[in-house]
Amino acid sequence: MTGPVGALTSSHPLLTVSDLTVDALTDRGAKRVLDGVSFALKAGETLCLAGESGSGKSVTSLSIMRLLPRASLRVVSGSIDLAGTELTRLSDRAMRAVRGGDIAMIFQEPMTSLNPVMSIGAQLIEAIRTHQPMDERAARARALQMLDAVHISQAERRLSQYPHELSGGMRQRVMIGMALSCQPKVLIADEPTTALDVTVQAQILKLIRELKSEFGTSVLLITHDMGVVAEMADRVAVMKEGRIVEIGGAVDVFERPQAAYTRELIAAVPRLGARAGTDGPPRVTGEARAPMAEGEDFPILTVRDLTVSYGGGAGWFRAGQGHAAVEAISFDVMAGKTLGLVGESGSGKSSTGKAVLGLTPFTGTVIIDGHVVGDHGPGAMRPIRRLAQMIFQDPYASLDPRMTVGAAIAEPLIIHRIGDKADRADRVADLLRRVGLMPDVASRYPHEFSGGQRQRICIARALALRPKLIVADESVAALDVSVRARVLDLMLELQETEGLAYLFISHDMAVIERMSHSVAVMKSGKIVEIGSRREVFEAPRETYTRELIAAVPLPVPAMKHVEGETAPALS
Amino acid sequence: MIKLIAQRLAASALILLGVAAITFVLLYLLPADPAVNLAGRSATAQTVANIRHELGLDQPLLTQFLHYLGNLAQGNLGRSYTQKTEVVTLILARLPATLILMAAGIAVEVALGLIFGVIAALNRGGPVDRLVMAACFVGVSAPQFVVALLLLYVFALMLGWFPMSGFGTAAHVVLPALTLGVLGAGWYARMVRSAMIDVLNQDYVRTARAKGISERRVIFRHALPNALLPIIAMIGIDIGQFMSGVVVVEAVYGWPGIGQLVWQAIQQVDLPIIMGVTLVSAFAIVAGNLIADLVAPLIDPRIRAR
Repeated sequence: MTGPVGALTSSHPLLTVSDLTVDALTDRGAKRVLDGVSFALKAGETLCLAGESGSGKSVTSLSIMRLLPRASLRVVSGSIDLAGTELTRLSDRAMRAVRGGDIAMIFQEPMTSLNPVMSIGAQLIEAIRTHQPMDERAARARALQMLDAVHISQAERRLSQYPHELSGGMRQRVMIGMALSCQPKVLIADEPTTALDVTVQAQILKLIRELKSEFGTSVLLITHDMGVVAEMADRVAVMKEGRIVEIGGAVDVFERPQAAYTRELIAAVPRLGARAGTDGPPRVTGEARAPMAEGEDFPILTVRDLTVSYGGGAGWFRAGQGHAAVEAISFDVMAGKTLGLVGESGSGKSSTGKAVLGLTPFTGTVIIDGHVVGDHGPGAMRPIRRLAQMIFQDPYASLDPRMTVGAAIAEPLIIHRIGDKADRADRVADLLRRVGLMPDVASRYPHEFSGGQRQRICIARALALRPKLIVADESVAALDVSVRARVLDLMLELQETEGLAYLFISHDMAVIERMSHSVAVMKSGKIVEIGSRREVFEAPRETYTRELIAAVPLPVPAMKHVEGETAPALS
Repeated sequence: MIKLIAQRLAASALILLGVAAITFVLLYLLPADPAVNLAGRSATAQTVANIRHELGLDQPLLTQFLHYLGNLAQGNLGRSYTQKTEVVTLILARLPATLILMAAGIAVEVALGLIFGVIAALNRGGPVDRLVMAACFVGVSAPQFVVALLLLYVFALMLGWFPMSGFGTAAHVVLPALTLGVLGAGWYARMVRSAMIDVLNQDYVRTARAKGISERRVIFRHALPNALLPIIAMIGIDIGQFMSGVVVVEAVYGWPGIGQLVWQAIQQVDLPIIMGVTLVSAFAIVAGNLIADLVAPLIDPRIRAR
């Protein structure tokens, strides 16, 4: 509450960052990661730092907190002024009073941002007593007050609970409560909702807005999500490669973007409702849709009464039969079409994807192009593996780092004994070309590629056996928006040229809308609504579907969700 | 928790049965005949046969084994061939010395391991880290008797601070415990170092720093408790290991522990003692792991039983 930083004068911006330059220290010398970043945060406003990964948003926020890892990142020059105090020159002790006292911070990963072996109460009380002269009892009362402020029920009981007993959304509420407990002047929120489900995200964003006015805190919000920016920002600073390319009022930046990059970034955001009035995804090859041949419209994948259960055996859930991640769901995926499977975390969508390919035990019937997927031996699964392949979420973890790209793509061919060495090399070159990479990259290793390129390699690998069905589980979730848009276009193009069917699993309503012919909405292991994309998005029958759609932040500042009916859209 | 203890004790009964069976067969296959050993060099074949009969060694292996198990079920480990005393009595007599050395040895290795592991982690990649890790390497690779003799030479012979050997006072335990501790500390320090480096990179440590608390508090209140979990598992293993006797250290310092007992028994082919100590060690390993599993939830609420 009482840091070394004096009261602010109204003419002075609260936090001014000038010409901030940061180098990353690598084996090959210094590499510039922030290059002359300047911006000012005014009292009571929300400034969004927007940009893709590697743009320097997080480095900026950690520089302000002076929490950069000493061994790898160094502030070269620049000034950070908090209400007249130069932070870069403060002693370590004085800086500690600023951290948590004048500037508080919350992070992207609520699941790992709280100490797992300390109770919620101990962590809150520690934060409070570090900056305020209170005894244990007063601090405890304050902690309870903060839990109430962030709308956590049964606050008294929560104090003695541990982080693992709380959901991700609850943990982020605790983090926010902890951050605001000392009434900081500035709250830095670094991707605070990226790891959360969309409905939880909407609640947390609402909470931040609410507490901002209640506590009079200025917010520096860091996000890659232009929807969140539009929802929250008074002003926006767009970052790219360590520089601010554009800064201005939120409405101006969205409606009259000056920098080319800002325009690209906004254009790349899939907008919910963008495909309204159409029946399928956009054509990307430019060829007219071929008239549907006789018998082309058949299900390539049929799922009936699929149930997937976990636990039940020895281990943590030893009582009872275990719990059903997926309960008796049924759906079809038509040949050459996409079924979008959408739901929040824990809805059972990933378990469904794995079960369809026989990668997890299940009960019920799964038929891929006439082949029954079941618990017969691995040999019997071979023809099914040729028919159906999977693309995973994390392109960094799903390629063997010690295998060349070419070897990774050729491996399925070798396993299925297709072609000789020369044939396979030709096929690899062809596949690489088809996913938009140069054939000569086959001899290189995964670490030499960016996330988007790696996901292209994973797609090439999945295509090697000429499958008819691809299960794509959150395949673009780890990618930046602009990269995501290009990978999605590639997937659409391949659908048109190869006649692929997708079971497209995602939590992202806008991506589902863009990709799908039909949509199934999952919640708690069940399909709550299934139908054509148009039906589900334009005339949802279920409340839950409507909630999901409503919770998606739109990249249009004028359409912000606003608390209270009379509040103005912009302050 | 009571359920866990009951489960483990039931499992330990099975483990002991398996250990007893394997040891029994191995000892039976041993070329050395305890009867020959007992009868002495000048004994006639008849004497040896009598002794064999007396000890029940002339019976089929299975009969012998079932007989042993029957006794074992009543807590009877049999009588020593050479010392003509109950094995239980012999082991119990050695137990205090063994427990003292175990506790002191573990205390020294954990203390040194924690201190040096944390120091190395905080200076990761620097000269201090490299020095500590080099010392650890020497520690884990030095033979027990070399370290034992070195400590004896310096602290007992040259400086005269501690007695050369024996058992009885607190001073007696220092050098044996230090020998065990110095050797074990290398493993602990490496483990603590890597656990601390891992924990210091965790998000919650960043959160702690962002709260503005002192670096000391970040390390000792937030990081270290999280780094302790693998250490507890290691202590559990060490409890089992040290209980089975530390033969070399006990020999050098004349420490009257289980290690000495079993060493003599092996030389004299005193099968009941060998069997008894083996079973006690096996039980100690189970017990050590159980203790580790009971202590871990006290530190980590995530594994606390619901």
